Amino acid sequence: MTMKLLRSLTFLAVVSLAVCACAQDARPDSSAAMSLDTVPPAPITCLEARDYVDNSDAGDKIHITWSLSADDGGGMSDVASYQLWRSEGAEAGWDSLGVAAAGQTSYLDETAEPGVDYYYGVAAFDGVNYSEQTSFGPVAGRTNFFQKTRVSVLVLMLVFFGMVLVFTKLAERGADLFVRRIPGLNAIEEAVGRATEMGRPVLYVPGIGEIDNIMTIASLTILSHVAKITARYETPLIVPTARAVVMSAAEEVVKEAYAAVGKPDGYNPDNIRYLSDAQFAFAGAVNGIMLREKPAANLYMGAFWAESLLLAETGFEAGAIQVAGTAMVSQLPFFVTACDFTLMGEELYAASAYLSREPKLLGGLKGSDWMKVLSITIMATGVIIYLLNPDNAFVAWFSSQ
Amino acid sequence: MMRRQIPLALCFIFGVFMTIQYFIPHHSVADMQERILMWLQTLLAFAFLLGTVSLIKLHYHKIRNRADDRAYSFVALAGLLTMIGLGFFHPSHNLPGSPFSQMFLNVQVPIEATMFSLLAFYIASAAFRAFRARTLEATLLLVAASIVMLGRVPIGDLIHEGLPQATRWILEVPNLASKRGVMIGVGLGMMSTALKIILGIERAWMGGGD
Repeated sequence: MTMKLLRSLTFLAVVSLAVCACAQDARPDSSAAMSLDTVPPAPITCLEARDYVDNSDAGDKIHITWSLSADDGGGMSDVASYQLWRSEGAEAGWDSLGVAAAGQTSYLDETAEPGVDYYYGVAAFDGVNYSEQTSFGPVAGRTNFFQKTRVSVLVLMLVFFGMVLVFTKLAERGADLFVRRIPGLNAIEEAVGRATEMGRPVLYVPGIGEIDNIMTIASLTILSHVAKITARYETPLIVPTARAVVMSAAEEVVKEAYAAVGKPDGYNPDNIRYLSDAQFAFAGAVNGIMLREKPAANLYMGAFWAESLLLAETGFEAGAIQVAGTAMVSQLPFFVTACDFTLMGEELYAASAYLSREPKLLGGLKGSDWMKVLSITIMATGVIIYLLNPDNAFVAWFSSQ
Repeated sequence: MMRRQIPLALCFIFGVFMTIQYFIPHHSVADMQERILMWLQTLLAFAFLLGTVSLIKLHYHKIRNRADDRAYSFVALAGLLTMIGLGFFHPSHNLPGSPFSQMFLNVQVPIEATMFSLLAFYIASAAFRAFRARTLEATLLLVAASIVMLGRVPIGDLIHEGLPQATRWILEVPNLASKRGVMIGVGLGMMSTALKIILGIERAWMGGGD
């Protein structure tokens, strides 16, 4: 019995040792297999190379795209990178161009000579072996005179400009164009009238945007109308500015407006003031004007940022009637809260036409309105088409621009 | 006559160029656009001198005319002249720790920060007025604002776990939809104004008239 047990134990020990030895042998085998990997990764597919057009196109860029190797993220999952080569002819030798990381499906060649035909080759690399090289060509970089990816923008812009011009022509011929009432703009004359009755000045802040900001330009057009009203009423008009160029432009606008209504002597250059380019220094200085010179009407028209509420709330505390207008969406709630009337977004741009009632300018308003109708139609159509078929050409045309 | 026609012609030429350059990717056009923007920067730098002269003139007149608030004019001029003096004539004006940078960091920066911090109190007082539930719109505003404020702070989640989601919905659906509506109107208004200015239909920015 004891002998049987001893024999069994010895047999088990021998078997265990043999298994261990096999396992020991297997380990060096696996590392050998790594270094002796002779299986290359699967090649890439769908290789394409196209002339790349950017905003400063010199014809020196070619965009190369491909589909991943079957062993990148799948299969053996051992692709480490993609090697790219470039050749100047089908028979010429290949020069190394660059390396793209695994998972990447494009590469921008920024060293192409304009007009030279190139061939491109791409192979997947697993750290030991290269896949079979896939080639594409010839392709040449060219300097382009039209950005094809902006066709839809151009088409819509031309349609819009066409509408504006058509309605402007119609207005010139005497067509009756209805414009809805904008209480904020009606309030401007009331505010100036109130300041006149109280014998106090009108404060007009054209925002803190630079002269190249379209809101500042729209503000200067409104300033022209306001200056004509204050000139007629002989009410002082104070225009503090945060930009020196805006100050120069505002000086001209106000001076011309005073001259246009036959009151050139009423213009006081000291009232068109440059205060500071610094945002909060400007806000502090304007608040100082509100508290010391006590304008009865404060008009804020233009581009405003965080100083909007500092100005409007001080004006409210000072008891002035306040009208604001801005296209800065983030500042609108502040103005709505602290001012008596607020021109929201597009109303700022409509102000000049509304105040002057010039047919030519009203035509522009009508053009904008019809463009809005067209935009809403396109958006609604796009949503419906996208829901039915996301790969529709209509959606792709708009979304790729 | 020429006083109006030359600016209008320049406005037309540069306006058309800046519009079409968006569609022309050629590098020569991009170089030209960059050059025009450099001209603009140069013009702005010169205009800055005009602004400084205007500032000095204004405060000088106030002091000379013995205006009631001339004390502020003294302070403004003293600050301006001190910084100009330290900036132009102090040998180490551009080094860290120089009197110029000390004045900037220890006077200008804290004063601006103070003005900015006042905004918190202004928001509180404006919100107090806006949230008085006198009308249906004001009541809706009050309810929406209360949900958003509570949903954005940790205690909101403790009060009700749905508050952060409700906040996100308010901000991402009705709020964003209204913002986009305004933005579309703004975009069209900008284009319409630009077109009218480029074509000379809108001339009020030059003082109006023909």
